[in-house]
Amino acid sequence: MAVRKPPITTREYWVPGHAACAGCGCAVALKLATKAFSEAMEEKYGDPNAFAIAQATGCMEVVSAVFPYTAWKAPWIHVAFENAAAAASGVEAAWKKLGRKGKILAIGGDGGTADIGMQALSGMLERWHNVVYLMYDNEAYMNTGIQRSSSTPYGAWTTTSPPGKYSIGEDKPKKWVALIAAAHQVPYVATASIGNPFDFVRKMKKAAKVDGPAFVQVQCTCPTGWKSPLEKGVEIARLAIETGIWPLFEIENGDFHNIKIQAPGGGAKVKREGGKIVAIEFKKPIEEYLKLQGRFKHLFKKPEAIDVMREQIKAMWKVLGVEVTLPKPGE
Amino acid sequence: MPIRKVMKANEAAAWAAKLAKPKVVAAFPITPSTLVPEKISEFVANGEMDAEFIKVESEHSAISACVGASAAGVRVFTATASQGLALMHEILFIAAGMRLPIVVAIGNRSLSAPINIWNDWQDSISERDTGWLQFYAENNQEALDLILAAFKVAEDERVLLPAMVGFDAFILTHTVEPVEIPDQEVVDSFLGEYVPKHAYLDPARPITQGALGFPAHYMEARYTVWEANEAAKKVIDEVFEEFEKTFGRRYHKIEEYKTDDADIVLVTMGSLAGTVKEFVDKKREEGVKIGAAKITVYRPFPVEEIRALAKKTKVLAILEKDISFSIGGAVFADTSRALINEKEKPVVLDFILGLGGRDVTFENLEEIVSIAKKAIDGGVEEEVYWIGLRKEIL
Repeated sequence: MAVRKPPITTREYWVPGHAACAGCGCAVALKLATKAFSEAMEEKYGDPNAFAIAQATGCMEVVSAVFPYTAWKAPWIHVAFENAAAAASGVEAAWKKLGRKGKILAIGGDGGTADIGMQALSGMLERWHNVVYLMYDNEAYMNTGIQRSSSTPYGAWTTTSPPGKYSIGEDKPKKWVALIAAAHQVPYVATASIGNPFDFVRKMKKAAKVDGPAFVQVQCTCPTGWKSPLEKGVEIARLAIETGIWPLFEIENGDFHNIKIQAPGGGAKVKREGGKIVAIEFKKPIEEYLKLQGRFKHLFKKPEAIDVMREQIKAMWKVLGVEVTLPKPGE
Repeated sequence: MPIRKVMKANEAAAWAAKLAKPKVVAAFPITPSTLVPEKISEFVANGEMDAEFIKVESEHSAISACVGASAAGVRVFTATASQGLALMHEILFIAAGMRLPIVVAIGNRSLSAPINIWNDWQDSISERDTGWLQFYAENNQEALDLILAAFKVAEDERVLLPAMVGFDAFILTHTVEPVEIPDQEVVDSFLGEYVPKHAYLDPARPITQGALGFPAHYMEARYTVWEANEAAKKVIDEVFEEFEKTFGRRYHKIEEYKTDDADIVLVTMGSLAGTVKEFVDKKREEGVKIGAAKITVYRPFPVEEIRALAKKTKVLAILEKDISFSIGGAVFADTSRALINEKEKPVVLDFILGLGGRDVTFENLEEIVSIAKKAIDGGVEEEVYWIGLRKEIL
């Protein structure tokens, strides 16, 4: 009888027993990321376990290592909120002196990366440590109870960006840390999503295999903070890709002229020139993504705010070198 | 054979680091400590030191990288001062709580505002509750010696705590003195290899470090840091004894000077101890029964040694370059705490001086002695004496 090879290793490094919320998209991201890392280490060094993890304070840290328990089957350290990249630098330096082959995986949420950990991240990238930094982006400070971060998208409700008489909710566009990371001209930067696990795993493996620093920003859904149905996490993440909200791209060596864009699917029409995607005509309106999440509920009473969001998304794609058209509902 | 070289305390600290052979050094420049990482960079660049030197973007990342490297199981060193140490503050607790024997050289400097690059002890004194061991050097030789001793104490399995070694900004950091540099082989055998049993990030035996401690466990974790500090008292005595046997120089947690028949003992730390000892000699010639005591180890606080000293004298005058506002000096507070339940105790006086590089002169010390003399008969006029204060500009 033919046995199908599983699409990814059955080895587990992030194991059951952690205390993440039901439906947590970030837990999915860490499970896949560590499996991808293991495959990459096996292929590169012949040792699937040749990695250690340095993780910032945040949801995935507090749920995974509650003394005397741990959900980690890899060597793992947590130091503080803003310094996962710096701690990873130290671990990497020590490994170098110990003559140990392998790679360090630094993990931080969007708050620990885009805000309080920005400086340490920049330092780590610039010093060219052999570290992959994984930013799991659930788009707010979820561990402290849903406060806005600079990675929170325009219009979103959080406890510190509540909609009100004088507020639309979060009033600034999302800050894209992947672009900032790429400006360091490091070998590899990518965005990914739990809505496309094959793409995410491929990118994590590529990041793990390059010599030098790499950065991956993965969108992961947070039913608690997004006020979304527990069972729809992956569906929502996929809609983010298919509506143009979440671009999937890769930037190597800071080459902004040759950004690799992944086709979004969802019926979107893609135009290529010389093999490069230069325009995307999305077919699904962003409302399909927004309407599944309570954090955007108030926007449907102010549809002009959703148009503002569309303009911001177009501007973001333009930075990536792609002209996009975004339909309105019914178009 | 040991060699003698004329050098600044910063260079002595870099030499100590070179001799201790840390595998990772992560440092950020700050006056007055900058020469330490500069010199270490040179040692690394010339192949005289086999360390990874991480040129971090802040002191916060310096100590964070040190924590990461130490947790991975290697010997680690850094240097800083003042604002830099304050920026490390958050991570200092973590280094102690995770029981990582990192050694940090401190060029003791004041804290802003106003910004001031000169000497006092406010930077490291303010970190007294972090769980770190604290040593204070009187001169450049002591800076080198105490860093070596600090590594040995910190890495002892009964202790496993980080340590800072302070030496006064400019007075020592930038002043040249002859320093004996011990032989590498002798230092190697004194320190040995650091192979921790509790901290490693090894894929062959994965462990979790830095876990969340719920109320059911947190207090016990803190208690183990208390126990380690208590254990360090004995370990420091042993290490100082071994240090003497190995290198020929004797250290004590508190070094007493002409205290046996002293009515007044001036207690201080760092380079000020040198000035005070010279002053004691002068006063002895004048027939004044006065002595000095230098606190070399401030954390763990040498409670027993303070009690023994207190039995010998009528007045303990604490001379210190730091202030805990509304209370007084930290060394004074700690000394008072050590004596509070003693049946008989001397008068303890609190003198704040030398802040932000203000010179401490013999005139200042004369004033202190006259205040101390009055206090013998019960005349303590002020809770805290600010010495050398320019009242005319207030």
